[in-house]
Amino acid sequence: MMTLLATAPFYGLPSYLFVSALLFAIGFFGVLLRKNTLVIYMCLELMLLASTLALVAFSKFNGTLDGNVFVFFVLTIAAAEVAVGLAIIVALFRQRHTVQVEELNQLKH
Amino acid sequence: MADTLFLILSVLTVATALLVVLNKNAVNAAMFLLLSLVGLAGLFVLLDAPLLAFVLILVYAGAVVALFLFIIMLLDTRPGSFPAFKPLTVTAALLGAALLSLGIWTLVHRAVLPLTPKSVPMPTMKHYAEMLFTTYLLPVQVVGFMLLIAMLGVIVLSKKYTETEDAK
Repeated sequence: MMTLLATAPFYGLPSYLFVSALLFAIGFFGVLLRKNTLVIYMCLELMLLASTLALVAFSKFNGTLDGNVFVFFVLTIAAAEVAVGLAIIVALFRQRHTVQVEELNQLKH
Repeated sequence: MADTLFLILSVLTVATALLVVLNKNAVNAAMFLLLSLVGLAGLFVLLDAPLLAFVLILVYAGAVVALFLFIIMLLDTRPGSFPAFKPLTVTAALLGAALLSLGIWTLVHRAVLPLTPKSVPMPTMKHYAEMLFTTYLLPVQVVGFMLLIAMLGVIVLSKKYTETEDAK
C-alpha cells in the first residue's frame, strides 16, 4: 500500500515532534493557569495526547510498531484516569460545593 | 497533498488546544477538546495509523468528552475567572517558556532524526493483534487488571455513605 508520507519529504519527524511539543506546552500552561478542576483535567488529557502523537511519529519514522502499541496502553490508562479523577471531583463537589482549586484548600487549615 | 493536510491538521489541533485553555466556559472547552481530538486523529491517519485514529475518536470523543460534559452538566459550575498573576508566577512561566523554546529549537536544528519515513506496509489489525498477544501479553493483562481496579475505585468513590458517627 502506498503511504501518504512518502510523497512529502519536507514535513519529517521534527515537524511532528514540534506539534507534539507545542500541544504538550499548551496543556502544561493550561494546568498552571486554569482554576477550574475540570478544565485542568482536560489540559492533562491534552498532555497525554501530545505524548501519543510523539510515540506514533517515532514509530512511523523508525519503521516499527511498538510505539503504536504503546499508544493503546496510554489510551487505556487515560480512560481509567479520567473515570477515577471525575469520580474524585464529584465526591469533592458533594463535600465542598465547588470545583475551583483556590477554594479547595481544606488541607491547609 | 500530505504537506497541506499536515499543515491544516496541525494548525487545527494546536489552535483548538489553545482555545481549550483560554476559554472561560467549561462546556466550550470540552467542545474545543473534541475538535482538537479530530485534528489529532487526522494526524494519526497521516502517520499511517488509521486504527489508532479510530480508537482515539471512539475512546476520547465517545467516552471521555461525553463523561466530561456529563459531569459539567451535573455539577453546574459557574464560569471560572482568570486570577491576577503574581510576579513569581510570571517569572516562572517566562523561564519555562524560554527553556521550552530552547528545547524545540534544538530539536528542529540539531537533532539527528530520520526525515523520511521507513517504507513499511501500513500496519493492519493483524499486526497489532500479533504484537499485543505475543510481545506485550503481560502488559495487556496488567492493564486489564488496572481497569478493573479503576472500576472498583470509582464505585467506592461515588458511593454515598450514610451519615454515621465515624464518617464525621
